[in-house]
Amino acid sequence: MKVWKFGNDVDTDAIIPGRFLTINDPDELAEHAFEGVRPEFASGVQKGDVVVAGRNFGCGSSREHAPLALLGAGVHIVIARSFARIFYRNAINTGLLPLVCGEADEIEDGNGIEVDTAKGVARSGEKEYVLEPVPSFLQEIVRAGGLVEYAKNLKELPLCTGLE
Amino acid sequence: MGATIVEKIFSSRCRKPVSAGDVVMAPIDRAMIHDITGPLAIEKFREMGGTKVFNPEKIVTLFDHQIPADSIRAAENQVMMRKFAAEQEIFHYDLFEGVCHQVMMEEGMAEPGELVVGADSHTCMYGATGAFATGIGSTDMGFVLKYGALYFRIPDSIRLEVEGRFPYRVGPKDLILSIVGDVGADGATYEALEFTGPTIEAMDMAGRMTCCNMAIEMGAKTGIVPPDATSWEYLQERKEVKPFDLASDPNAHYAEFRHYEVDSLDPQVAMPHNVDNVVPVGDIEGTAIDQVFIGSCTNGRYEDMAAAAEVLGGDAFSRNVRVIVIPASRREYLKTLRAGVIERFVEAGALVEAPCCGPCMGGAFGLLAPGEVSLSTSNRNFRGRQGSAGAEVYLCSPQTAAASAMYGIIIDPREV
Repeated sequence: MKVWKFGNDVDTDAIIPGRFLTINDPDELAEHAFEGVRPEFASGVQKGDVVVAGRNFGCGSSREHAPLALLGAGVHIVIARSFARIFYRNAINTGLLPLVCGEADEIEDGNGIEVDTAKGVARSGEKEYVLEPVPSFLQEIVRAGGLVEYAKNLKELPLCTGLE
Repeated sequence: MGATIVEKIFSSRCRKPVSAGDVVMAPIDRAMIHDITGPLAIEKFREMGGTKVFNPEKIVTLFDHQIPADSIRAAENQVMMRKFAAEQEIFHYDLFEGVCHQVMMEEGMAEPGELVVGADSHTCMYGATGAFATGIGSTDMGFVLKYGALYFRIPDSIRLEVEGRFPYRVGPKDLILSIVGDVGADGATYEALEFTGPTIEAMDMAGRMTCCNMAIEMGAKTGIVPPDATSWEYLQERKEVKPFDLASDPNAHYAEFRHYEVDSLDPQVAMPHNVDNVVPVGDIEGTAIDQVFIGSCTNGRYEDMAAAAEVLGGDAFSRNVRVIVIPASRREYLKTLRAGVIERFVEAGALVEAPCCGPCMGGAFGLLAPGEVSLSTSNRNFRGRQGSAGAEVYLCSPQTAAASAMYGIIIDPREV
């Protein structure tokens, strides 16, 4: 499990460029993940690797191909100082776990990383990093593994109320 | 404590008072999908067990990103969406009308007080009429297609007050670029941007759309202009609607206030590779360009085309620049054509294409090679957005685009 470190404002065009959006299959999208900005990612990424970034990860387009490309690449967790809103929702909905970490900038590229989601910590480079929990109203969707599974189990639409 | 316009819209849709920070499953008034995000949304709808959409009259499907199909795959996706629209009895615009957001506005699909979602980030543009409109992903959209509702955390609002009159050849795009530069790419994340003040009140709908369109470039959930005579008149030209009052209370709570004045605003340019990397045009004058794109949901309306043509006058575009002009919709195309503006562009050497997203999203045509530079009236200049990751994209107003296209370098449109 290795860290793939990125900077601030990683946009969805960087994650998956517009010319690949006719592809809907995660495995095939993964072949083009970060193609323009980090060409070695697609061939080097291993199942369970973690993407770590600075502020505003996933800004830009609403394309769900972005979290799908990461999932197809075997990345199930993204740790960032902050996330752009649509990407954050898309990640939760598709089963990619977006975790906010105030100290994400300190995590180094290429280091090993272990993420303990139950305890809310990540260990990398002999240091422990605190991860903020996903907002409570989204935890049910996270537990279900995404919005599709959540919807399948929905007995009644909680219209005009919260999700809790 | 009073309520913001956004809190009022959610309270009205949920039929109970709600405020910023509350999480609600809110009913959706209208939903839009296009050729890129639609296929996945339909797949998710089916995975959720969906068989019939919640209400075909509230769903809009159209194609604008890769039209006419530029690959067999794009064609296959479009066939799949056509079939879906037919089986669900959804009125389908196909590829005939133009860019989704412009079509939604023209067709009166976003009324004041409505809650509208689109599977495209620039859906925030519909706030120009006083709707709450936001972009969502395909799984969220699958849920909407099935249930006609979606969960929202009601956003805080930032109030932007704009005063003053635009100087010669400076306009709404320059204003919104300067605001993006000031607020930053994530300065409004999860929040709503409410545009107010005399400059906004005096602004036409085209300008309001340009401003609301780019709210997402600050991370905002939406941009919104409280409805007034201008917006009601725009809607009444399209459908039967009865004006009503909808505005924030004077004592509403805002997360932030920001004040802008445009009397001495210079033309603005966003430099590569972030939309908030904004400078006055004078700072980068002389930068050589290979391609100019005048169009997109941000600046593809008749008003934008006319503003570009006014700068062009009777001159020609530089032979060193590929000038691609794309009106945002069939209606805007016709209006521009009938005004003689399209003829002028063609005479001057531009390539005028049929309404679509064009080079903006770097999927279909007009892609850039490594080392090439594009100047574009669209909304994003991310690395690789319009082709090679080794290319550069600058963003500007239609006036700056036209002036620069005439000389092959970025220049101040006031100097032409």
